[in-house]
Amino acid sequence: MADLKDKNTRLAVGKTYKLYIDGKFPRTESGRYYPLHNKDEIIANVCLGSRKDTREAVVAARKAFAGWSGTSAYLRGQILYRIAEMLEGRSEQFVAELVKQGLTKAKARTEVAVSIDRLVYYAGWTDKFQQVFSSVNPVSSAHFNFTVPEPTGVVTIIAPEESGLLGLVSNIAAAIAGGNTCVALASYSMPLSAISFTEVLHAADVPAGVVNVLTGSRAELTEQFAAHMDVNAIVYCDGDAAVDREIQLHAANNIKRVVRRTGIDWSTEKGQGPYFIRDTQEFKTTWHPVGG
Amino acid sequence: MSTPASTSSSPLPRLDLVSRVDQTGVEERVARFCKRSIKKASKMQALKLALGMIDLTTLEGQDTPGKVRQLCQKAIHLHDSIPGLPHVAAVCVYPVMVGVARKALDDQGLAGEIKVASVATAFPSGMSPLHIKLEETKIAVAEGADEIDMVISRGAFLRGDYGYVFDEIAAVRDACGEAHLKVILETGELGTLDQVRRASVLAMHAGADFIKTSTGKIQPAATMPVTLVMLQAIRDHYYETGRQVGMKPAGGISKAKLAIQYLVMLRETLGQAWMAPEWFRFGASSLANDLIMQIQKQQTGVYQSADYFSKD
Amino acid sequence: MDETTSKLAFDTDWQYDPAPESTDHIRIDEQYELFIGGEFVAPKEGRYFDSINPANEQVLARVAAAGKDDVARAVKAARKAYQTSWSTLKPAERGKYIYRIARVLQERAREFAVIETLDGGKPIRESRDIDIPLAAAHFFYYAGWADKLEYAFPGKQVAALGVAGQIIPWNFPLLMAAWKIAPALACGNTVVLKPAETTPLTALKLAEVIRDAGLPPGVVNIVTGAGDTGAALVDHPDIDKIAFTGSTAVGRSIQKSLAGTSTKYTLELGGKAANIIFADAAIDEAVEGIVNGIFFNQGHVCCAGSRLLVQESVADEVIRKLKDRMESLIVGDPMDKNTDIGAINSPAQLAKIEDYLRIGQAEGGEMYQSSATLPTTGYWCRPTLFTGVSQSNRVVQEEIFGPVLAIQTFRTLEEGLDKANNTPYGLSGGVWTDKGAKIFKMTRAIRAGVIWANTFNKFDPASPFGGYKESGMGREGGLHGLDAYLELS
Repeated sequence: MADLKDKNTRLAVGKTYKLYIDGKFPRTESGRYYPLHNKDEIIANVCLGSRKDTREAVVAARKAFAGWSGTSAYLRGQILYRIAEMLEGRSEQFVAELVKQGLTKAKARTEVAVSIDRLVYYAGWTDKFQQVFSSVNPVSSAHFNFTVPEPTGVVTIIAPEESGLLGLVSNIAAAIAGGNTCVALASYSMPLSAISFTEVLHAADVPAGVVNVLTGSRAELTEQFAAHMDVNAIVYCDGDAAVDREIQLHAANNIKRVVRRTGIDWSTEKGQGPYFIRDTQEFKTTWHPVGG
Repeated sequence: MSTPASTSSSPLPRLDLVSRVDQTGVEERVARFCKRSIKKASKMQALKLALGMIDLTTLEGQDTPGKVRQLCQKAIHLHDSIPGLPHVAAVCVYPVMVGVARKALDDQGLAGEIKVASVATAFPSGMSPLHIKLEETKIAVAEGADEIDMVISRGAFLRGDYGYVFDEIAAVRDACGEAHLKVILETGELGTLDQVRRASVLAMHAGADFIKTSTGKIQPAATMPVTLVMLQAIRDHYYETGRQVGMKPAGGISKAKLAIQYLVMLRETLGQAWMAPEWFRFGASSLANDLIMQIQKQQTGVYQSADYFSKD
Repeated sequence: MDETTSKLAFDTDWQYDPAPESTDHIRIDEQYELFIGGEFVAPKEGRYFDSINPANEQVLARVAAAGKDDVARAVKAARKAYQTSWSTLKPAERGKYIYRIARVLQERAREFAVIETLDGGKPIRESRDIDIPLAAAHFFYYAGWADKLEYAFPGKQVAALGVAGQIIPWNFPLLMAAWKIAPALACGNTVVLKPAETTPLTALKLAEVIRDAGLPPGVVNIVTGAGDTGAALVDHPDIDKIAFTGSTAVGRSIQKSLAGTSTKYTLELGGKAANIIFADAAIDEAVEGIVNGIFFNQGHVCCAGSRLLVQESVADEVIRKLKDRMESLIVGDPMDKNTDIGAINSPAQLAKIEDYLRIGQAEGGEMYQSSATLPTTGYWCRPTLFTGVSQSNRVVQEEIFGPVLAIQTFRTLEEGLDKANNTPYGLSGGVWTDKGAKIFKMTRAIRAGVIWANTFNKFDPASPFGGYKESGMGREGGLHGLDAYLELS
């Protein structure tokens, strides 16, 4: 494979790209794979994740939800910042991987740099978006009444096909900054950075199950991402009208929130903001009497 | 269910276990009672019921035998031009006036029908030594009081000396002999509804036949939220022990409409068994005339003027 | 406690005489048309349906049934109004029109209350003291937002969506119309509203108010009819936004209908809220909260506290007090000012409730009903409790939408919480405890959009309302309620 080309150096050790489920790196239970090409060369055999893998990932995400949503906003910020630090430390690896998947070196460098900055950006929001979106409501009766955002729960993300690292990072960061846990489907054509990114998550002490990443066929997995009854929201980034319709139809089974993020240039400031967090938040209003 | 006047007191209850009270919730419930629309025959029935529940009261430093005799006369002859009116439940006076009231009622042959109630225990402050309070109680009973309206020692209650308050009530209870004991909590000085509830429980366990909101000397006196909390305490005591305790809101109830709202509250909280002068009283001086004016209005359809009704 | 020896009797000698609200100042026409483009117009297909008073089964009025063409006409009028008048109006002026609606509603409040009660069966006390004042307050609240929208969403530009199609239920007819129309108009949208077929009258009266308030024709259009009218509205291609309040089943079908379109939607759906009573609660107020939670509006409330979870150590006390309290609830003529529980809204709803009463008993639940005597005509259900039921029972799981409370006990906080959250719904919840720290633990952990702590079933225009999970998406009320009617960019 690609790493074995230069015969004057030692034999390089290739990397096996696996899934990331519940803090572990299993191969797909289906045993299937798809070859990832760069021009004529096969650069990796990528797991062709299955419906059952999706199920396992959702179970892991649900299990992790109580803990992650209960983690202090400050600690979530620390962990997101830690992810950024770890990614910074491995940026050369990510640049090389993106180049391998077809980006120019300059574009790859930018993508990695913006991904790091995006993580820092959301690290800073974890304990602030609540203040921006909360309210104390002046009701007419003798009650104290306030509204705060809370994470919606388990979020599935069909990450942008065209942005293998940054698109994935942007969507995962927004979801988990808000206290959700997630299951993301990596770009089919650029899956390598997604899997390498899960190693960063792992190293950054993101608790098991908070982020789960699958690789595989969109056609095959979209249905489960949209239909699974224990998923509270789905983020869809590709903008394919037929797929969008399919997602809505399946989502309706449990009144799943459908967040569409199409036509976003993830490398710009339009690709970030507290409203990306808000998309997968619920607003809870609490009443309490005021009296002696 | 009727119970003997002298009930031996149970041990001091665990006041920390008394059910909590939420003020806003109580006020909402009270608002619902006040929304009841009482019309026609049901209104007339309520007006007469309320009239018969009055403890016609004079508790002034300037009270004289003459004033008390007039009060008794009024108690018997509320408004002779309307036939069929009930008389009030009792007259309520200071201990030194008990003899006057007793004689005035006895002379009319109404002993037993209209009770003589006497405040006691250094009313209204309660700031005297226990032996003096007991002596005062005994004197009032000896003078002919059927009912004793005692005040609790709020200072002791507020500083948490519940045992003292409990024992004091129990001692006064004993001093009352055959007389009924009404225990005035002076709720306006207790601060919160939680305290009202605790004081109610304490008084009932110590042997109160009635619990009463206030002396009329402290504002706020009777309020519907306070009375509701006390009625709920009475209900819980009844659930727990089977003993029925009476309720007397006093002070500030001067209008018929308000009195009817109290009766609605009584009806929907304690029900039939309490809907009689034996178990519910209004401590009031000017309520009677407003009730009579309303009765007159119900009968004639014309709104009334105070000029046509005797002040006392 | 010994219930046999110390039992309170509420069948008192003193009973309240009937106190009927007067109706002589009320005008209900024999027939109502559709309100489209600022005028009352006959339905194209000429179909009408009767609106019935559920308390006496008498016909109140004939009401037009809007067909597809009528809906299309209404959407066209709304589109035209959006383009030619409403979107070009200064926001402050828009607000002033909405203020006018609020004021006229206040002036005509009693009339609206009476008609609401006649049409829907709810007690006049509730329509007079809750529904109508809250509806007016809702218009008043959102009127003020019209020229302040840029402050609501920091960092965002806001714009109206266009034409909003709105479908509302029969449990709070005018109030739901206000919840829908007021924020939509404040945000600069125009509206086609479909009221529920059993309770169309106050919406049509509101049409009069809107016309009299001088709103430009077509800004608000009201199309009456049944489910097919609603479906025509949902399916209309020129609608920018659907706002729906109703059952989860219909909400689901709307979400499916809108699949593949760019139409935005918000859904306010069903619920099966847990009302959790801890041993350290203010028990008497909690009992009152239980009563307000499940018997308010005959239990026709999506956020009703229909599951009572009571800590085992106080369960006997709570249930005993609840039964006593139920005896003082007056069931009957909704027009009587003393009535606490009015008529069930329709024969269909009564049949559904009665089905659940049978199901609950067949499942082994013990049913208790108050001793209230019921009128002989009309649709009625006594306040009802089920004890001895568990999570697996249908009366515990499913929304009954009637005055039927399922009671379960729990031992620990965790058990109570688990039971509370063990539902696909997430609209509301109640917690009763005197301990502050426990309140915050519970209110944070219950997965629902509205949590009432030491109170229940409170509503206010400034207070956002809406569900988690299958109880819907989006919020109505407060600043957060604006989001449903704005494009943020």
